[in-house]
Amino acid sequence: MAVLDIDQAGRVFGSGHLRVVALDNVSLRVGAGEFLAVMGPSGSGKSTLLRLAGGLDRPTSGRVLLDGRDLAGLDEAGLAQALRQQIGFVFQEANLLASLTAAENVALALELDGVKPRPAMAGARGLLDSLGLGAVGGRFPGQLSGGQQQRVAVARAVAGGRSLLLADEPTGALDALTGESVMGLLRQRCATGCAVVLATHNVRHAAWADRVVFLNDGRLAGETGPPAGPECLLGAGQVR
Amino acid sequence: MSVRHSLLALLSAGPMHGYGLKTEFQAATAEVWPLNVGQVYTTLGRLERDGLVTAVADADGQKVYEITGAGREELARWFETPVPREVMPRQELAIKLVFAMKSGVADVEAVVQRQRVATVRALQDITRLKAAAESGGDMAWLLMLDALVFQAEAEARWLDMCEARLAKENIAAGMARRHPEIPADQAVERSS
Repeated sequence: MAVLDIDQAGRVFGSGHLRVVALDNVSLRVGAGEFLAVMGPSGSGKSTLLRLAGGLDRPTSGRVLLDGRDLAGLDEAGLAQALRQQIGFVFQEANLLASLTAAENVALALELDGVKPRPAMAGARGLLDSLGLGAVGGRFPGQLSGGQQQRVAVARAVAGGRSLLLADEPTGALDALTGESVMGLLRQRCATGCAVVLATHNVRHAAWADRVVFLNDGRLAGETGPPAGPECLLGAGQVR
Repeated sequence: MSVRHSLLALLSAGPMHGYGLKTEFQAATAEVWPLNVGQVYTTLGRLERDGLVTAVADADGQKVYEITGAGREELARWFETPVPREVMPRQELAIKLVFAMKSGVADVEAVVQRQRVATVRALQDITRLKAAAESGGDMAWLLMLDALVFQAEAEARWLDMCEARLAKENIAAGMARRHPEIPADQAVERSS
C-alpha cells in the first residue's frame, strides 16, 4: 500500500471568471522508502500539491489518502493528529525555536507526540547522532550555520518515525555543497522506509530522487520513471 | 545525425534547391554550425538514395529537392526522440529545437518536455554514481561527475527557459486574439 496516494486530485480557487485551476486531475502514489521530486515552473501547482499531500488544504475533486486513509473522512482533531504523527514538514527556512538547543528542538516534536521529556531528549540525541549531527545537539540555532540548521530541521521533521516527509524548497537558501548534504539526509531517511516528497526548482537536487515528476499548469507533464540500472549510466540507454 | 534531419525539416516547408538549403540552415542556426555546400549535396544524395527526398530538375536544369512520405516519417521520429547524451557536444538539441520551431511540423513544447525527462533521467544516473563515489574518496572522479552534473543542469535550465518563452508567447497570442485593443507588450503583463 502506498504511504501517499493522490487520486485524481484537483484544486480550484475562486469561481466564475476568477476561477483558477491550481491542480487538475493529478494522480501520484509514493511508496514507503521512495523519494519523489516534483518539479515545475512557479505557479505550476507544486506547493498546492504539497499542501494537499500534507492535509494543509483539501482537494476540490479527487482524494488524498495517507496510509490508505482518506483525509477527507477525518474531522479536525483526527486530521491534526494524523498529520502530527505521520507527516513531517521541511520548508525553505529552518524555523527552529531560537531559545531551545538543536536537541531540544527535535525533542519538542517528540514531546508533542506524547513522549515524556527525558526519553524525548534521549530520542532526539540518538536521531541527531544517526544523522551525523551529534556534535551540534547542545548548540542554539544562532550558533549553527544555515546548513546545520536546515539539517536539524530535517531531523525534527522525521523525529518519531513519521512515514512521510514533505519538503518544499528546503535548499533554497543554501550553497551548492550544503544543499547536497541536505539531499543526502533525505536520501538517508528513505533508506529507513520513510517516503519523501520534495518540491524544488533545482534540478540537481531533484536528481537525488528515485522518480521526478513535472507539473505544468496544474497537470502532470511527464516523469522520469523508476531508476535505470547501472548499465544505463553515462550515455546510452536514456532514450526510452 | 542532425544535418540529415535539419535538411528534412527545411524541406518539410516546401521544395528547395541545395544552395537555398545551405543558406537557410546557416541562417537558422546563427551560423554556429558552418556547413559547406559539398556537405549539403552529399547529405542530399544519401537522403535521395534512402528514399527520404526526391530530386527533380527545374526549368533551368537545377535540381529541386522535395521531401517524401518516408522523409516526413523519419523527421517525425527525430522530433519524438530525445537526443542521446553522446551527441550533445554537437549542439544537436539546440539545432533540433530551432528546426522544430521553423518547420512547424513538431509540437515544440512536447519536444522540450521529452528532452527534459531524458536529461533529468541522465542527471539522476550521474547523481547516483556521485552518491556512491562520495564515500570512495576518489576526488578526481567526484570532480568529473560534478562536471557532468552541471552540464546536465545547464541543459535542463535552458529547457525551462525555452518552455517559459513558449508559454509567454502562447499567452501573448491568446491575448492578442481576444483583446486586440491591448498593445502586445502589455498583454503578457496583464494576464500574469
